Formats: sequence, C-alpha cells, structure tokens
Amino acid sequence: MATTTDMLSPPAAPSPIEWLRKNLFGDIFNALLTIVSLAFILFALVAMARWVFFTADWRPVTVAPLLYLVGQYPRGEIWRPGLSLLVSTFLLGMSWGVWERYVKAFAIFIGALLGILALIPLEAASITLAVRAAFLANPILIYLGYRIGRLPAVSGRHVFMLWLVASVLITLVLLPGIQGVPDLPKIATTAWGGLMVTLLLAVGGIVLSFPIGVFLALGRRSSLPVVKLFCIAFIEAVRGVPLVTLLFMFSIMLTLFLPPQARIDRLVRALIAMVLFSAAYTAENVRGGLQAIPPGQVEAAKAVGLNNFQITTFIVLPQALRLVIPTIVGQFISLFKDTTLVVIVGINDLLGIGNAVLNLNPEFVRLQMEVYLFIAAIFWVFSYFMSYASQQLERALGVGER
Amino acid sequence: MATGEYIHEKIPLWRDERVLRAVAQVVSTAVILGLLYWGLVNFLEITRQRGMSLAYGFLDQPAGFPIAETFIPYAPTMSFGRAFLAGLVNTLVVSAAGVVLATVIGFIVGLARLSSNWLVSRIALAFIEFHRNIPLLVLLAIWYFGIFSQLPRVQESLTLPGPVYLNQRGLYLTWPRLSETGEIFLISVIAGIILAVIAWVVLRLIREKTGRSTYFGTVSLAILLLVPAIGWLLSGGSPLRFESPELRGFNFQGGLRLSPEFAALLFGLTLYTAAFIAEVVRAGIQAVSRGQLEAARAVGLRYTQVLSLIIIPQAMRVIIPPLISQYLNLTKNSSLAVYIGYQELFAVGKVTINQAGRAVPVFIMVMATYLVISLLTSLVLNIYNRRIQFIER
Repeated sequence: MATTTDMLSPPAAPSPIEWLRKNLFGDIFNALLTIVSLAFILFALVAMARWVFFTADWRPVTVAPLLYLVGQYPRGEIWRPGLSLLVSTFLLGMSWGVWERYVKAFAIFIGALLGILALIPLEAASITLAVRAAFLANPILIYLGYRIGRLPAVSGRHVFMLWLVASVLITLVLLPGIQGVPDLPKIATTAWGGLMVTLLLAVGGIVLSFPIGVFLALGRRSSLPVVKLFCIAFIEAVRGVPLVTLLFMFSIMLTLFLPPQARIDRLVRALIAMVLFSAAYTAENVRGGLQAIPPGQVEAAKAVGLNNFQITTFIVLPQALRLVIPTIVGQFISLFKDTTLVVIVGINDLLGIGNAVLNLNPEFVRLQMEVYLFIAAIFWVFSYFMSYASQQLERALGVGER
Repeated sequence: MATGEYIHEKIPLWRDERVLRAVAQVVSTAVILGLLYWGLVNFLEITRQRGMSLAYGFLDQPAGFPIAETFIPYAPTMSFGRAFLAGLVNTLVVSAAGVVLATVIGFIVGLARLSSNWLVSRIALAFIEFHRNIPLLVLLAIWYFGIFSQLPRVQESLTLPGPVYLNQRGLYLTWPRLSETGEIFLISVIAGIILAVIAWVVLRLIREKTGRSTYFGTVSLAILLLVPAIGWLLSGGSPLRFESPELRGFNFQGGLRLSPEFAALLFGLTLYTAAFIAEVVRAGIQAVSRGQLEAARAVGLRYTQVLSLIIIPQAMRVIIPPLISQYLNLTKNSSLAVYIGYQELFAVGKVTINQAGRAVPVFIMVMATYLVISLLTSLVLNIYNRRIQFIER
C-alpha cells in the first residue's frame, strides 16, 4: 500500500536551508557562535594563506628537495633507494590484488601521493627527469602489481615470501652495499637520512617488534610463573620510561654490555631501541586481543583434542591478531611519529635533515618556521591518511560487527 | 577393567605436564639469567679496562655546570645530587602545569567537538587532527625555534592584553603575589579546602547510612567559599597584589617570567596532550547511552540535573583511566625538553654523564625515577579502577 511504503522509506535528506537552520542557527546563542566561528575561520585562513604564499620564504625547502628524501646518500647511487621504492610499491600493488580491501586504501594513498610528488612544478638542479620518472612509475607499478596480484595463480603466501625476500635484500644488500663490489659500493649509514631513514625505522620497528610483542603477550598470559614474571617486568619497565631514555641508553651504553670487539651500527642501535619500545606496546595491544577471545574457544579446542601449542597457533592467535590489526596500525602511526626522537641521538632523519639545512646556511637563520612547518606537513599527510586507511581496514575486517 | 589399567599406566616423562612445565621454567630462567650474566661479565670487563667507577659517591661532588632555570636554589658549586634534584623538580613543575592546562583545554575542545553547532565542532576537529598527526618533537621545534626564538628584542616587545609581554627573553605575565597579610588568607584557603573535604566525606557517609538528605554538596561548597572569605576579611581585604611586569632599563621587572624554553615546552606539551584528552572526553561522553539522558528527562530531572547526576558521573568513569595515562604520557614526553634546551631530569642526566663520566649509575637513576613515577601512577589507576568497577549482576 502507498501509505506503508511512505512510512518505510527513509526520511528525505534535509534541504541545505534546513540543514543550515538545524546545525548552525538553532537558536540565538548558536547563531552567535556560528558568526564568531566563521569570522575566526576566515581570519585564520586569510592570515595563513598570506603567510604561505607571500611572507614565507621556502628556499630552505626548495634548495635541496632530495636532501629531505634520502639525506646525504651519494647522488650517483641514488638509484638504490629509488629501486627500493619501486620494488616496494610494486609489492604493495600485488598485496592489494591479493588481500583486496585490507590494503586497498593504503595502496591508493601511496600511489596518489607519489604521483602528485612527481608532478610538483619545482625547478631544482637535483630534480632531474629521471627522478620525476621514477616517482611517476610508482602509481603505474602499483596498478601493474594489482593486476598481477589478481591472477588466480598468485596467492597471499607468494606475496608474503616476496615481501620477505625484498625487505631482506633492500635493507641488507641494496641500501648499505657490499664491501669490495664496484657496482654496489658500501655506503655508511652516517650518509643515510631524511624520509628514507624515518620510514626504515618506522617500518623496521613495527615489523621486527611484532613477533617479539606477540611472544611477550603470550608470556604475560602464561601459566608458568617465571615466564610471566619476566614478561611483566620487561613490558612494564619499557613502558614506564620515555623513549628518549631508551634511545640514549642504546646509543651510548649498548657497547658496554657486549664483547669489546663487537661493533654495532648506530642506526641499528637506534632501531633496537625502537623495536624493544614498540614490542612492549605491541604486547599490551595483543594481550587485549587475546583477552577478547571467549574461553569457550579454548575449551572447545581442548575438547577436540588439540594440545596447547595447537590451540595457541591455530585457534587463539589467528582470531586475536585479526582483532588487533587496527590498533597495530595506530601504533605504527605513533611509532612513525616517534622516529623523530632519533634526532636527539644524532641520526639525520627528516627532522635532523631540517636542522642540518638550517645550521649550515646562516642566511636561513630566520626561516626556522618554514622548515619545521614543511616537516610537520609531511608527517601530517602520512599520519592522517594512514589513520584514514586504518578506518577503511577496520571496516573491511568488520571489527565490532562479528 | 580397561579404564583401571589406563589410569595406572605410568605417563612417560616427556608427556607429563608437570615435568614439562618445570623444565620450561628452568630453561627460560637459565636463558634469561645467562644473557644477563653474559652482559654483566662484558660490562665488568669493559669498566675494568677503562677504569670506570660504578659507585654513587660522585653525587656529593660539586656539579660544576649551570642550570639555566631552577625552582629550587641551585648553583654550579652545589653537588651532582642537588643538580639531579633540580632537574627532577623542573620535570615535575612543567608536568604539573601541563597537566592542569591540558585538562582544561582538553575538556573545552572535547565538549566543542560534541557541540551541536557544526562549525564549532569542525574547529575542534581541526585542532585535534592537527596535533595528533604531527610528532611532538616537531611541534616543540615549531614553538621554540619557529616562534619563541624569533621574537623581537626586549624594547620592541609584543604586548597582549593582560598585560602579557612577549620578547626574546620569554613570556612576562601579570601574576598575583601575596601581600604582607597574605599568609592569613593562604592559611584560610587551605583550611577551607580541608574542612570542605571532611564535610563532604562525613555528610555523605551519614546520608549513605541513614538515607536522609544531608546536602553534602551544598554544605561543603559553602565551607569552601566561606572560610577563605573570612580569611580575606581578616587579612584586611587585600591579601593579593596583582603585579604587572614593567619595563625598567633593559629588562622587565615584576610579574611572572617564563623563559622561552619553558614557555615553548609548556605550550607544545599542553596543546599536544589536550588534543588527546579531547578525544578521551568525547569518547567518554559518547559512551553514556542516549537512553540514559532520555530516561532522566522522562523522570523529570532538569537539564542541569541530568548533566550533573546522570551524564557526568557515568562519563567520568570512562574518562578517568585514559585521562590518567595521558597525564603519564605528558610527564614522560617532558623529556623531549632536552631538544629545546629546557633542563629537566633527562637533560640534567645527560650533562651529568658528560661531566661526571659515569654513564651507567646516572642512567639507572634517571630511568628509575621515571619508572617510579609511572608505577605510582598505575598504582593510583588500579586502585581507582577497582573502586569504580560496576558491580554487575
């Protein structure tokens, strides 16, 4: 009947005028608030635009754009980070093809970002056509990878193995180079810098800390008192101190606890500190996931005759880890932001490069604001879209629905 | 019978759960202690070779380095221990000020985020998203290197209403100071707070025992206002003087001066944490289901009553635990001050390592101090959590 359909149909979207009246001019107080806020926004936007386009002097940024990306990495060897990027984006595309919605938002974001970067109209000697082409190739490679990943012959296991091989080759062979090989000369990590180091520390930190964190979480819930005690002590001790103290401790004190002949690269020392720090937080997140698994699952698994190891690996962990993926992404974002602290132990990450540019050019002494805002903008874009992508991921995973 | 035989059959050692558990514990203990022992042996070997001292005797020796800004008397001739204490006080002062300000701003922004006015809610969202997606260290760099070190010289100070003066040497605020008779007022304020708390607790207990209304809220509020008011009168009506900074010669005198380092750290830390607190507040208020509000309205409570009796008590239950962990984060994040040159605990520790050359003892002290602060906070949190837990059917 007509009346029933009328009743069942959803209410029509409010007209713009209605929306304005409801959300901005509900009563006198609200209307006043709206006008004040409008004035404030207008004032802020105009002031900001004037500063960005007229007052600000962006020379410290435009004078050496590549510095912010790869630091002092020899310009003749710049193809190595470039190739690493291309391989990574291709694999990202393949992951999108295989895992569909879980990776989709990340892949599209990275592709769009790099595509835009390639087309930015910026004249600089270091931005050659080859550099632009390398950036522009990324979205294409992501798409190619996506098509290949969609092929029925390609499975998640293949892509995972490829990621494993690629990350080992990139971080241990391609970027540092090999002593004595003329085509791949060794490049000390002191020359590494910029966004490359920031991303390496963040990705390395989260990937390496993940297994440790899972073990710590299982250990904390273990029925063995000694194991439990050690895990709790480690987790609480690490979570109780600021990351700076850990970074500083590992950068100056790690060598005191190793045999005298042991030499550990300072980037690796910083990475170890980040990994241990992140592992303690991962452990707490994973513990949250473990606690959310209803005890009936374990009881049912016991009843079917699985042993403890099988229950953990086949029943509890897969469900618990699925639950905590969004929190892990959130933790990745905060780790990504926390990588800036390595500047305090003298590593030239993105922020460190900014400082170096400012300190080496006396003419830039009044241009601090420009540099730091530029760096802030990079971090903002990455973190904001990463958290957006993680919301999409949450939806794909159906967290809170099942 | 078959089952009987089965029970009496001896379980092989490698499948006996008790044996397995014992072995697992012994092995894991051995591995961890072994690692620690290995590290310790290496450490002792290296310290012996380099002739490093591990004792804490150096704490009594003169520190020899200045601390630009302290809240307890300190001079380079004083001991390392005193320097450490001054650093700790600096950390606590900036954390305490940050906690108070961040709470106020965080609640305002959190409520603005929930405002029915679309624009206000968007402005709050912009504030939150700006701060949450930029590393704190970069924000501190913007505040310190971008703003506070670029300020004009003293003679050309920026003047804000208040009056507040901003220049190279920092931020000068008008600040209340106790006058000669101010102590009487101060004592009466403290007495008022204590009496009000006692009245609150006692009257509330009486109400819980007898069920009669004791007006504990009104009574304790009255005490809180009345006792200081009496003190105000006793002190002759002017216990406080508002002291404005004045330009005398080459510098401002009077008022309260915040150094550029302290001000930058305080602004950066406060706003950063406020953004997180705003999200905590929003989540807490949204956690109170709409039905609660509607039911309260239906029973005939006024809007203010709904807020104070229904919404806030339930929201606070959700808000306080993450709020306290934000306070803890703020305290730990204050260690980033080393980057902009405010000398708090970590920065003093760093200088002490260079001056005294004793990395390990100093580091143990610094980390243990942070750890104690964290553990005390989580202790408070656990006690609170246990107290507020819903008693469910």
